[in-house]
Amino acid sequence: MTQSTQNTVDSKQDLMNYVVRLGDDSIVLGHRISEWVSEGPFLEEDIALGNVALDYIGRARMFYGYAATLSGDEKTEDDFAFLRDEREFENYLINELPRGDFAYTITRQLLVDLYNKYYLQALTQSTDPTLVAIAQKAVKETTYHCRRSKSWTLRLGDGTEESKRRMQLAIDDIWGYSHELFESDLLEQRLIDAGIAVNCADLKQPWLADVEAIFQQAGLNVPETTWAVRGGRKGYHSEHLGHLLTQMQFVYRSFPGAKW
Amino acid sequence: MTIEKLELFEVFVRPKRGLDHKHVGSLHAEGREQALEYARDVYTRRTEGISIWVVKSQDISASQEDDNECFFDPSDDKPYRHATYYPLPKEITTM
Repeated sequence: MTQSTQNTVDSKQDLMNYVVRLGDDSIVLGHRISEWVSEGPFLEEDIALGNVALDYIGRARMFYGYAATLSGDEKTEDDFAFLRDEREFENYLINELPRGDFAYTITRQLLVDLYNKYYLQALTQSTDPTLVAIAQKAVKETTYHCRRSKSWTLRLGDGTEESKRRMQLAIDDIWGYSHELFESDLLEQRLIDAGIAVNCADLKQPWLADVEAIFQQAGLNVPETTWAVRGGRKGYHSEHLGHLLTQMQFVYRSFPGAKW
Repeated sequence: MTIEKLELFEVFVRPKRGLDHKHVGSLHAEGREQALEYARDVYTRRTEGISIWVVKSQDISASQEDDNECFFDPSDDKPYRHATYYPLPKEITTM
């Protein structure tokens, strides 16, 4: 194999791994939000949360479908979603944290939705046309998600004593998981150099400015603590992901090849 | 949050350009803006519309069942208010 062919193979493998990661982020969070279905605070919000979950799951399908194409074998999107184990998932940890109470869910959504807004905007500038197409579709959904999570954050932060207390508790709990969102590894660095991947370090400043502005308006505080948990992109997970995957993959693994 | 503290809104959706907004149902929300978002989430999930109105249900004045006799019965015997009551002149072939 010549040097340049080897490079092409490697970069194709890199791209596939990257696309799978993006799919992992989407499906894990989508599944988490779907846990609210039938348990929402009231009917309208229940349906709204279900819609958001479906947006994320649909996004995961697009990423996994692309990854299946790139893999060049018989793989399908289902193989990526249902036949990989915990250590093979490379989602950011913030997405796998439990759904918690409603304040916890809203806080996570605010942080992740705002992150996705900048991430997807940047991804529309990728040199990879398929990623551009996915990002263009997803960024519209995310604009709506941001609107929802912002207005809920204001409502709950600036609401009752109880809602404010719960929001601040959630922020203090989740904040340490936000740092790894802005750190890329060697794989992503290679793709950033090729103009394909998003350089997530660039997103930190605008993201933080948005979060600070919303928290301030809501009467909530950005934590001053510096603890951080990392590892999602390396496949090191919290104890929560295994349970989520068990639930999510159980039917598919019990009845392989089953069709509706 | 309890449902009792929420307000009731009526939702109107315009299915496509050129058609009128049509009443599609109601929902609970904390205010107009949230009502609009929930209307989007609850009533346009299958691309039913291109425009949404929400109106507080309490802002709608509705006729009552008791009103029916005096409201609607009087028009029953006034067929001349319908265009079809009038015979068309022979010269007019299309209408």
